Amino acid sequence: MDYNAMRIFADSWGLLYMTLVFIGVVLFAFRPGSRKKAEEAAQIPLKDD
Amino acid sequence: MRYGAEIVGIGVFAFLALLGAAFAADIAFQQHMWVLFAVLVISAAILMRNTSFAPKEAASIPFREGDTAYMDDVIRYGAIATMFWGVVGLLVGVVVALQLAYPDLNIEPWFNFGRMRPLHTSAVIFAFGGNALIATSFYVVQRTSRARLFGGNLAWFVFWGYQLFIVMAATGYLLGITQSREYAEPEWYVDIWLTIVWVAYLAVFLGTIIKRKEPHIYVANWFYLSFIVTIAMLHVVNNLAVPVSFVGSQSYSAFSGVQDALTQWWYGHNAVGFFLTAGFLGMMYYFVPKQANRPVYSYRLSIIHFWALIFLYIWAGPHHLHYTALPDWAQTLGMVFSIMLWMPSWGGMINGLMTLSGAWDKLRTDPIIRMMVLAIAFYGMSTFEGPMMSIKAVNSLSHYTEWTIGHVHSGALGWVGMISFGAIYYMVPKLWHRERLYSLRLVTWHFWLATLGIVVYAAVMWVAGIQQGLMWREYDDQGFLVYSFAESVAAMKPYYIVRALGGLLYLAGALVMAWNVYMTIRGYQREEEPIGGYVPAAQPAE
Repeated sequence: MDYNAMRIFADSWGLLYMTLVFIGVVLFAFRPGSRKKAEEAAQIPLKDD
Repeated sequence: MRYGAEIVGIGVFAFLALLGAAFAADIAFQQHMWVLFAVLVISAAILMRNTSFAPKEAASIPFREGDTAYMDDVIRYGAIATMFWGVVGLLVGVVVALQLAYPDLNIEPWFNFGRMRPLHTSAVIFAFGGNALIATSFYVVQRTSRARLFGGNLAWFVFWGYQLFIVMAATGYLLGITQSREYAEPEWYVDIWLTIVWVAYLAVFLGTIIKRKEPHIYVANWFYLSFIVTIAMLHVVNNLAVPVSFVGSQSYSAFSGVQDALTQWWYGHNAVGFFLTAGFLGMMYYFVPKQANRPVYSYRLSIIHFWALIFLYIWAGPHHLHYTALPDWAQTLGMVFSIMLWMPSWGGMINGLMTLSGAWDKLRTDPIIRMMVLAIAFYGMSTFEGPMMSIKAVNSLSHYTEWTIGHVHSGALGWVGMISFGAIYYMVPKLWHRERLYSLRLVTWHFWLATLGIVVYAAVMWVAGIQQGLMWREYDDQGFLVYSFAESVAAMKPYYIVRALGGLLYLAGALVMAWNVYMTIRGYQREEEPIGGYVPAAQPAE
């Protein structure tokens, strides 16, 4: 694989893959029912010490 | 036997250092190996004076009263090391600032600007910042995982190994040993040592997360972990080099030309992104909620903040190479990703600041919160300024000028420094089981000295940088440059003097802090009027 092939892969399929993963992460973070879980997680540092 | 393996191990390494000095290929390596030998022999001597030949059970120290099941001794050492290196790094910073204003202060060969400058940057970034990150990450990961540090004495290896790295890097610079890569100046053998220490650090941190009792991994740990993993990757790739000799201090990069430059700035910018940003955001997400006694404003926003930062930061490096031999598309890519970084940066800033919503009165009464809020404000300001400077049109004015130095310092002094100070102020009374700090009034002094210092520094560097940029590009109607380079240097003198003053104020603040921390550790409490009628809130029983 030469430099050009890698570059073309990076700005097509690579970019698409990264974008989809990121959108997936965002959707997962805001999935239904995540609010309660997130609020619990936010309390972790305050629980002791 | 206590420290048996440690003494033998250090002895073997001291012997290797001696061999290195004996067979050195160049004079700098020889001197450096003598330094290493001296450091190791002194360390071994200290350990031997503290050893004991009693059977292991009898020799082991039981938990002192008040000690938790957490491994906090190494964090106490880390807090002190952070304070020590912080003062050293800032002091060297003031010296190099004065060297620029008064060239006579360049004392050759060891203490000229070229050697002192990396000493300053490495001391503040890696010695002060690195120790702050290691200490707080150990503190945070234990408390949010509810587990003792993994690996037993491995955490001690990380701490002392890292100090050895700092000493070797610092002395190497003064001896003139450098591979000329910004923020990655140490030569190949010091790089290999740091790699070993860093892998141990990863093992301790990840091991603690794996054996956690808390089901969820708190977001601060995500940031710390991304910092550790990414720095490992950056450090290894950027330092790929072939040594000229295995007993020599010279090596050549595995890359050449523009690839080498891009690798360096891929490293350099992500050192900013993952060392000076992600790691300290981990600090923010733990210590701000703790000090404010409120959960983070939006936990889900913190998750988006994390992933957006991870996905975007790694591409921003090429903006350091605008208008160079780097292909145009790569420059534009770096610029675009830098601008996109506005989103996670401001998301994170809002998240940090809004954690205080409903408790803004604490700004008036709690100088530690005030310090943390200032840090977050500077995080927002410098991460606004940075993307703006990465725009090619702006960069054509700002690049290579003092503006960049001003930008870096508003981030480093304002964000990194202040959030670390806040975290240390929070941790020290807890770590030494003190009711409170020696003096809150002194924290207020520190706050104002540091803030004034940063404002003076940043404002002066803006003016200096823009003037410098404008002088460099000033043409007359014949198409000739109006100013020679030396004229633009001479024009900087007053700014350099005032800049040193700003740095001096910041250093004074750090000295006030060192005194305050020292007295807190010694167990003193200054009799003083509470700030703004502040009454410590009663803690509910757990």
